[in-house]
Amino acid sequence: MRTFELTRPTAIGDALEHHGARDAFIGGGTNLIDLVKLGVMRPEQVVDINGLGLDDIETLDDGRVSIGARVSNADLARDDRIMRDYPVLSQALLSGASTSLRNMATTAGNVMQRTRCPYFRDTAMPCNKRSPGSGCSALTGINRNHAVLGGSEACIAVHPSDMCVAMAAIGGTVVLEGRKGQREVPFADFHLLPERHPEKEHDLHDDEMITHVILDAPQAGAASNYLKLRDRASYEFALASCAAILTLDGDTVSSVRLALGGVATKPWRALDAEAALVGMEATTDSFEHAAVLAFQGAVPQSGNAFKVTLGQQAIVRSLRDAARALKAQGDRS
Amino acid sequence: MSDQTLGAGPKRIDGRLKVTGQATYTADHQLDNKAHAYGVFSTISRGRITGLALEVARNMPGVIEIFHHGNFPALHHTPSSMAGGNKVEETRLPFEDERIYYDGQFVALVVAERFDQARAAAQAVTVRYEEETPRANLEQGLTAHGTREGKGNHSRGNAKQAFESGTHRMEATYTTPVETHNPMEMHATLAHWPNGRLQVFESSQGVVQQKGAMAKIFNLAPHKVEVISTFIGSGFGSKLWMWPHAVAAAAASREIGRPVELVVPRSQMFTTTGHRPETKQTLKLATDEQGRLVALSHHSISNTSCTDQYVETCGSVTKSLYSCDNVSVDHRTTQVNRGTPTSMRAPGAAPGLFALESAVDEMALAAGIDPLTFRLDQFADRDESQDLPFSSNHIRETAERAAERFGWHQRNPKIKSMREGREIIGYGMAACNWEALKRPCDAHVALRADGTVYASCATQDIGTGTYTIVAQTLVELTGVPFERIEVELGDTSYPKGPISGGSWTTATTLPAIAEATRHAIMELKTRAVRSGGPFDGVDVASLNFENGVLSHNGKQMSFAEVLSSMKLANAEGDAHTEGADTSKYSYRSFGTHFVEVRWDPLLANLRVARVVSAIDVGRVMNEKTARNQVEGAIVMGLGMAMFEHTEYDPRTARVVNNNYAEYLVPVHADQPEIDVILLDYPDTAFNEFGARGIGEIGITGLAAAVANAVYHATGIRVRDLPITKERLMAGA
Ligand SMILES: Cc1cc2nc3c(=O)[nH]c(=O)nc-3n(C[C@H](O)[C@H](O)[C@H](O)COP(=O)(O)OP(=O)(O)OC[C@H]3O[C@@H](n4cnc5c(N)ncnc54)[C@H](O)[C@@H]3O)c2cc1C
Ligand code: SF4
Repeated sequence: MRTFELTRPTAIGDALEHHGARDAFIGGGTNLIDLVKLGVMRPEQVVDINGLGLDDIETLDDGRVSIGARVSNADLARDDRIMRDYPVLSQALLSGASTSLRNMATTAGNVMQRTRCPYFRDTAMPCNKRSPGSGCSALTGINRNHAVLGGSEACIAVHPSDMCVAMAAIGGTVVLEGRKGQREVPFADFHLLPERHPEKEHDLHDDEMITHVILDAPQAGAASNYLKLRDRASYEFALASCAAILTLDGDTVSSVRLALGGVATKPWRALDAEAALVGMEATTDSFEHAAVLAFQGAVPQSGNAFKVTLGQQAIVRSLRDAARALKAQGDRS
Repeated sequence: MSDQTLGAGPKRIDGRLKVTGQATYTADHQLDNKAHAYGVFSTISRGRITGLALEVARNMPGVIEIFHHGNFPALHHTPSSMAGGNKVEETRLPFEDERIYYDGQFVALVVAERFDQARAAAQAVTVRYEEETPRANLEQGLTAHGTREGKGNHSRGNAKQAFESGTHRMEATYTTPVETHNPMEMHATLAHWPNGRLQVFESSQGVVQQKGAMAKIFNLAPHKVEVISTFIGSGFGSKLWMWPHAVAAAAASREIGRPVELVVPRSQMFTTTGHRPETKQTLKLATDEQGRLVALSHHSISNTSCTDQYVETCGSVTKSLYSCDNVSVDHRTTQVNRGTPTSMRAPGAAPGLFALESAVDEMALAAGIDPLTFRLDQFADRDESQDLPFSSNHIRETAERAAERFGWHQRNPKIKSMREGREIIGYGMAACNWEALKRPCDAHVALRADGTVYASCATQDIGTGTYTIVAQTLVELTGVPFERIEVELGDTSYPKGPISGGSWTTATTLPAIAEATRHAIMELKTRAVRSGGPFDGVDVASLNFENGVLSHNGKQMSFAEVLSSMKLANAEGDAHTEGADTSKYSYRSFGTHFVEVRWDPLLANLRVARVVSAIDVGRVMNEKTARNQVEGAIVMGLGMAMFEHTEYDPRTARVVNNNYAEYLVPVHADQPEIDVILLDYPDTAFNEFGARGIGEIGITGLAAAVANAVYHATGIRVRDLPITKERLMAGA
């Protein structure tokens, strides 16, 4: 493990002042320190964001909800408003990692967490993301856990976050602050596809940090669901997951948001599937049709063809459960 | 019976120390002037080192010395004999030459003032290699090297001919992957050389063997080496035999003249401290028209390393579990570029019974017979491989009682026929089996003037409860309660004890402890009747000892009073007990598992919902620790069935999932409902307590029971572990 300077600023301005291209912010450190120990990340300076406040969850005037960069995954999952208005987010958070990790992990850190691709983590192996131009070891290696959606010839690494899948479904923005000021990037655009530059993962400049994530206002009358499929029952990254937010007009789908995890190189909105569902009857047939559409462009690798089926199953079950919940509410009212 | 005697279920006497953090594990020991070592590990799996760039590392803060093949002291090989007390699994010494045989091999060792400094400098060492194409798995090994003769083969009758002429036949190949032990406590060594003697703290399941091996390697008289392992955060077999890190630490300490501590990082616990090898097993079974087994052959190949021969004896149980006239068991190995394999909980039997008990299920179904009935009809009544009676065998009772408790008879044998909600239910069963061994052992016991009883033996408590059952033995024989008992284990300065392995620690250690206790009591009596003693002139034979009190004709005195009155510190007893006589009986333990799985086809989700196991291990010495061993082994068996799988990159032979996040073992949420029935029939032909071992048997057969249940639920016969979703999704 290389040594680094640790800076603990108490104002955002100072934090940005201190932070250069070779530096890293640290939230909970559960991802950063692991990768520093492995020699995968080699920051010269680590800027601690824990003295900066940024730990509030606030409802804005327009109904949106702003989450400070430092809010822990545990606090966010257990927040009353989140549990009431964005249950899908709470479920996604609680399905991730373990209690002790969620206590440490921050919202910004979770958004920024790096892939679990084993070759990314092994500095003796070629990896375009870690060492641009060196090649991708996963394409011809062990790739059971890799992406079937959004990959490129340069990289097929999965974005491992559960939280981000729920956020992708909810919609929102990532608030960035840099030396030149503040900007908001739509959540869907913040994570980048690997294309030819898998090393560039975010729409984030070297001098910027995440200060907040803002969620779109909650959708009235919606039911939602986060379903995570994996090998063991807990404490494992997703093989496939689905966040679904559904509204019905009678038996007809009036709106739907679908996001996928574990199968794609970034938190993945299944826009084609959403479009096909709107106006359709909420039946298993429609859901299955949508699930097929969601994976239409899938490129399975030698070890992960099953993820296409698994992802489709996650979509169908999520939608069915959400539809069932809405119908049950309808029956009660 | 008090709640502390044998057979009761008292809590572990070291439990409080452990949960309050007062138990000192190897890396907790503090020695003045301790330096820390960290390895540089090879990143290729086959080839040679052509250059080492050390300058940067050498100049980093705190660095004391960097060892490698160019400057490592010349040492000796150990003959590696278990009987000689100097066995290791990997005979090659660290830094012996520039050759690389496996990923994660030590190529350099950085010693520094602090751990973080040693690690930082180790990461700054760059190594140049000339790389050769490695053999990354069993298939590649077979292509490159073919196979070698193994050991433990057996043949009776003519299995080939009988198979050809059988009425119902089954033939199939089963595979099991490499598994890594992954005990919680990482391997660690703390070595120093006070006054030219070598003292080593090690997380070890076998201090006596390590002492012998160290003495050979460093060319020291045996009494100049001491190995200490007071507490161990488990080992599962990986800590039975010393690995290269311990030699590296001891040599480094001698060279720099300071204590050196070396903790093997988790990632390298996947490379340089052993693994359960990959196996490929072909089973051929045939029955006659009535469904009686007429042929049974079990041929297996497992991987060994390029430096040593390790044989996974998959057919060890196949020889004797079922009655069959024509049996052929054969073990072969092939060399791959991996560190040397070693015993992992129930070596041989764990992968072997996955294959055998899956095959028996397939055979029963092919013959149209219920798998339980098939087994009950054909379990052997004597050990046909050795032509000896079993000392004690209640396997039919285990099967019947567990079947009853489980509800096997409610099973609808039709595939996919049992459902609840979205899930399909599958029932499966399998036998479990493990050999019972007892080795020679020495022990020391003292009744002390302060009223306490002391025992010592150079065996270890690896978390299984050895401290506790030794104390229970003392309670039973002296009547003195736990509070006044002191047990010391895990130090080669105590009398020679067994390795903590093979499920033989209990059966081996307790008879020696008991014998030493009786000698101590006799010593006490002999002293007491001497002239001037409190029982002067009394006939020793008529002197009674009970509950810590000597009595004769109404006169009573506690042993403490007796000793104090004579100004004696203690009355001591030493004992040596022999191994079991294996010429008259075959000693084995038996059991049966019943498993319920639940398969949700629309989510491709498999879970084990329920396990009922009945186990016949002779007398149960401690209800709590015994049950704990079986339950733990069942959970580990579930991991074997569904999760555990060390993955090697097929191009580089490097381990890909070398951490706890990606090497999956069951977590709490995976635990099924577990119901263990302990039969508790003392096997007095085996030892005076009638106890066989219980540490390993529970894992055997479990994976087969799961696979058999999965077949019942899905119609898919999984012959390759682990049973992952994708194997069940074929065509889904
Ligand atoms: C064993 C294990 C299992 C896990 N399982 C799961 C799982 O099942 N599901 C899941 O979703 N996650 C899982 N995780 C990942 C976990 O969610 C992340 O490690 C965690 O969310 C990261 O948050 P952190 O605050 O600790 O980030 P840090 O480690 O502090 O930082 C992570 C990255 O974010 C950057 N960063 C931090 N703050 C900012 C900021 N304000 N602006 C810009 N950049 C910033 C850092 O520089 C670093 O690159 C697991 C992790 C482990 C170790
Ligand atoms: S998939 Fe991406 S992260 Fe993994 S090896 Fe290829 S380039 Fe690197």
